Amino acid sequence: MTVHNLYLFDRNGVCLHYSEWHRKKQAGIPKEEEYKLMYGMLFSIRSFVSKMSPLDMKDGFLAFQTSRYKLHYYETPTGIKVVMNTDLGVGSIRDVLHHIYSALYVELVVKNPLCPLGQTVQSELFRSRLDSYIRSLPFFSTRAG
Amino acid sequence: MAIFSVYVVNKAGGLIYQLDSYAPRAEAEKTFSYPLDLLLKLHDERVLVAFGQRDGIRVGHAVLAINGMDVNGKYTADGKEVLEYLGNPANYPVSIRFGRPRLTSNEKLMLASMFHSLFAIGSQLSPEQGSSGIEMLETDTFKLHCFQTLTGIKFVVLADPRQAGIDSLLRKIYEIYSDFALKNPFYSLEMPIRCELFDQNLKLALEVAEKAGTFGPGS
Repeated sequence: MTVHNLYLFDRNGVCLHYSEWHRKKQAGIPKEEEYKLMYGMLFSIRSFVSKMSPLDMKDGFLAFQTSRYKLHYYETPTGIKVVMNTDLGVGSIRDVLHHIYSALYVELVVKNPLCPLGQTVQSELFRSRLDSYIRSLPFFSTRAG
Repeated sequence: MAIFSVYVVNKAGGLIYQLDSYAPRAEAEKTFSYPLDLLLKLHDERVLVAFGQRDGIRVGHAVLAINGMDVNGKYTADGKEVLEYLGNPANYPVSIRFGRPRLTSNEKLMLASMFHSLFAIGSQLSPEQGSSGIEMLETDTFKLHCFQTLTGIKFVVLADPRQAGIDSLLRKIYEIYSDFALKNPFYSLEMPIRCELFDQNLKLALEVAEKAGTFGPGS
């Protein structure tokens, strides 16, 4: 099991943070374009899912998987979106994504007066804490070092 | 456990078959007196609740029927505009049924081609080499399973999240498609499927899958 990469978007579609660990293939487009494509896809999936649903939804879209990876999605009521790509062996990691939001983003970015909201997070502390949290996850790397 | 619907999308993203097999209805009927304490608005040719969630009526629900008569988009059964009808104090008390708006066939076509694009983007944004598109999409109310054949046709099944055995059902649907649509001399490729045998066998396969999948590992 392994974690490929992580995106953090705000409600306007700005990519607040991106980091990758075991990523074998790049999308072949500039990073900025990739963030936009990812946000656009999630935006469309959200509207697609809310139209398709036979019942009223609470959390809405949770995850999707292809033959090679699984994308986990978590959205807060304020519209912050946490997106993590892992391999297929990982189950539901809603609590992990919630932890990234509540214990890392809120604590280290929102409560930090020196971090302007609504643009890429520059905080070195946030980056390093996030990196060590992801590396400590039980499913982080059992395949490649 | 249930299978909600089946979509077949051709390689260009056009919807060529759709079946709604079972939809649990969340509907609420209530009698109102004149000043209607809900805010209704017109959206996509439908009258939706914009504000005033209560008694099982939720924001986003559409007006489905007035006094037991089904509403036709934004018009009542006898051709009057719903908003105008409900704005007239003489028509009260009135009993209105609310529920999730049903998809029109145009919306289904649109959603099918939307999924076609999402499928392609899902494979482009892959962090791993050689990924397919979206095979399974999970939400809290349903799971969408997709199987793309080598010739590019996509079979999409919407089912309860706990329903098991969808993968074998998708292959079974492919088999039914090959047997009863492709081998039908009157069926032209990439065009909407209107074959009675296809219909019958698909419905049979859904019934079997619903019963068989109930005790699978996922339930």
